[in-house]
Amino acid sequence: MTHHPDKDYAGAKLGMWLFLFTEIILFGGLFLLYAVYLRSYPQEFAAAGGQLNWIMGAANTVILLTSSLCAAMAVTAVQRDEPRRAAALIGGTILCAAGFMVIKYFEWSAKIGHGIYPGSEHLKAGAAGESVFFSLYFLTTGIHGLHVLIGAALLGWIAVKVKGGRVNGGDYILLENGALYWHLVDLIWIFIFPLYYLVL
Amino acid sequence: MNDQSHHIISYRKLTGIWLALLALTALTVGITRLELGGYKVLGALTIACLKAGLVIAVFMHMKYEGRLLRWLLFLALLTLAIFIGLTFFDVLYR
Repeated sequence: MTHHPDKDYAGAKLGMWLFLFTEIILFGGLFLLYAVYLRSYPQEFAAAGGQLNWIMGAANTVILLTSSLCAAMAVTAVQRDEPRRAAALIGGTILCAAGFMVIKYFEWSAKIGHGIYPGSEHLKAGAAGESVFFSLYFLTTGIHGLHVLIGAALLGWIAVKVKGGRVNGGDYILLENGALYWHLVDLIWIFIFPLYYLVL
Repeated sequence: MNDQSHHIISYRKLTGIWLALLALTALTVGITRLELGGYKVLGALTIACLKAGLVIAVFMHMKYEGRLLRWLLFLALLTLAIFIGLTFFDVLYR
């Protein structure tokens, strides 16, 4: 075990959580916009939301929950000094992230293929509420998807450090913070899925 | 390096939480397929909050953190709640 007397474990974790709070407020703002517009355009939101494929949304929910399980298990594995298992579990998380993005790609391209994207002629010609719904849908799932890509890249970099032994049972704050970021991505999706795919 | 003891969560417990999250997901899908009107949103959001609680408490280790982080989380969520509450106070009584 390598020891780093200059490392401040509690401070590093506090910093990560403070950053996650700003993320919660960011997505909270987007959910608030959704709630206010749902109140203004209930029929249009119901019609637009009905066009989303809830089975794809449910598949992505299962994928993200599983990815979070792998990330949490990876932390346990590193704490128990099982680097090979930890690296494999992080690999599982990244695989789930890839699966999520593939499903997201099919969903988005189906919508764009039907002329549904922010500012499209189809949406401009239709009801205002529908246009608002899809603008919020693309904005929210787009920013979320960006977080998935960043999280997967971050975890890939950390997995290399786990394999190399630089993240280990005595010093694993990097993995713990990376996993925290990943769980936030899962957390946001837990709200996106029912609001956009189910309740309308 | 770190003097405080770190709680290690067993694979078993993590898997149990994952199964609970999957079951709650199935429950959300189930209740939103029924015709419940306004209760649909309430029910789905209640379950979503429950799922979020499980993820934060166990996957994100919040259950084993000290007072500082817990209070900060509470403060962040309170800020969000005030933010949502004041917006609706404006929107509903315009």
